[in-house]
Amino acid sequence: MTGTPVWAQLAYLVAAVCFVLALKGLSSPKHARKGNLLGAFGAVLACVTVFFYAELDHLVWILLAIAVGSVVGAVGAQRVQMTQMPQLVALFNGVGGGAAALVALLELGDIAGAGEEVGGFTLAATAFTIVVGSVSFSGSLVTFAKLQELMTSRPVVFPGLPVAFAAALLGGVVLSVLTVTDPAVPTGVLLALIGLLLGVLLVLPVGGADVPIVISLLNAFTGLTVAAGGYVLDNTVLLVAGTLVGASGTFLTKLMAAAMGRSVGNILFGALKGGSTLGAGVASDRPVRSAGAEDVAILLGYAHKVIIVPGYGLAVAQAQHTLRELVDVLGERGIEVGYAIHPVAGRMPGHMNVLLAEAQVPYEQLKEMDDINGEFKQTDVVLVVGANDVVNPAAKTTPGAPIYGMPILNADEAQQIVFLKRSMRPGFAGIENELLFDPKTTLLFGDAKDTLGKLLSAVKGL
Amino acid sequence: MSEPVVWLTIFVLSVFVGVEVISKVSSTLHTPLMSGANAIHGIILLGAILVTGYAESGLELAVGLAAVVLATVNMVGGFVVTDRMLQMFTRKRPVPKADQNGAGGVTR
Repeated sequence: MTGTPVWAQLAYLVAAVCFVLALKGLSSPKHARKGNLLGAFGAVLACVTVFFYAELDHLVWILLAIAVGSVVGAVGAQRVQMTQMPQLVALFNGVGGGAAALVALLELGDIAGAGEEVGGFTLAATAFTIVVGSVSFSGSLVTFAKLQELMTSRPVVFPGLPVAFAAALLGGVVLSVLTVTDPAVPTGVLLALIGLLLGVLLVLPVGGADVPIVISLLNAFTGLTVAAGGYVLDNTVLLVAGTLVGASGTFLTKLMAAAMGRSVGNILFGALKGGSTLGAGVASDRPVRSAGAEDVAILLGYAHKVIIVPGYGLAVAQAQHTLRELVDVLGERGIEVGYAIHPVAGRMPGHMNVLLAEAQVPYEQLKEMDDINGEFKQTDVVLVVGANDVVNPAAKTTPGAPIYGMPILNADEAQQIVFLKRSMRPGFAGIENELLFDPKTTLLFGDAKDTLGKLLSAVKGL
Repeated sequence: MSEPVVWLTIFVLSVFVGVEVISKVSSTLHTPLMSGANAIHGIILLGAILVTGYAESGLELAVGLAAVVLATVNMVGGFVVTDRMLQMFTRKRPVPKADQNGAGGVTR
């Protein structure tokens, strides 16, 4: 950090501390918002500092680019629907990784052009930033496409995929070594292209239900990329911030994978080992018992205890508000109602909590899986709204099912189960749910919002 | 201590801090946490500003500016969207009378 004055280094230290406190704050509901603001403060502080000591050219252009990026980022962040949150996080992560790769390419150009002697470590870190940044960029774009349903959310596997992946990986290693021994821009560009290819090949075979874990993993990748970039640029705040995100991201990825009863390796490469993560994905024509809104209203209106299991279908139908009204009405009738939130309900861990918070469901009614699983036995009616995989008993009973081993909500232990469904189409994991055919189960077909509206007026009329 | 070792020390200690600070997070907050961590690595903007400021050719300038735009989107967008999510967790519920009048109306 020879070129950086001491006061600027101290400012970077303050920024780094802000990031640590930000992550700490984000782990508790009470301080989360403050933590996030503190992180933003640290980031702004670090970025303003650089303008005061570095003698930068092209200032007008840089400020213009920052203005453009800020508008795009802020508008995107304000406009996005809460249901689309996973895609947005993937996109933001991807552009960050892309930026890191570009920065490292430019730095490589500097090193190669000046012909100066730099350490092998620096060159290795440069190569790492280029290749992993590119992986993060293209991988995130593919996850975005999967979640936005621009492409199929099912695993994409083709016969040569493992070979192609191994070849690309080998190419990446060779080019990285070349970059260290003989730094040159064309090698760096090739390395970036290999990285882009690797990112695509890495994410294609991952099934839709596992995509959120991949977002988290790529997030950690980008963090590590930024850390390596910090080493290349002699900048401590990049190193510390990047490492924090890399480490916490990796840990978070493991936590999430555990919540699904899977290992990270199995999520990434499971589809390559054979058909086991591929559900059939077709609607069954086995007989089920379906009922009208009035019948279900009677079930609900005369129950003592009701548990709601909300899923992504609820959010897609924008029915959270109607559901909350229904729960309010049931509450007024003296019925005990709670929401059972599976850790991976929605399209991303913790996503359902965000969606229900948006509908102003009181925090106390949201119960985590481990807290509520014992209560299903004493429950009269479980109302499953737009969820499927998180109550699928196959996770316990069918080894070989894609979701086998995932902890589920024990909805099958309740007296009555009511599914609000649009059709018999299977859930995100693409597998059939035996619970739908259980004699205790009633199906209420229709759009979640319409159906909940009908249920609401029927319960009010009881 | 040689310089790479100093950096390695900072790196290793940061790994432990990174794991330690989030080790007790409830699954309720996984989404905002991921999104917040995502915003923090937007700090690559600092690096993008530095390399762009030293750009010597038109091509370098163009690549650098692209990096600045991408990094800013990551950083600004990340912090704004995280704040938007967290706002909903802390928001107080409106007074119940709003719930009791309309039948089936969506309150937003």
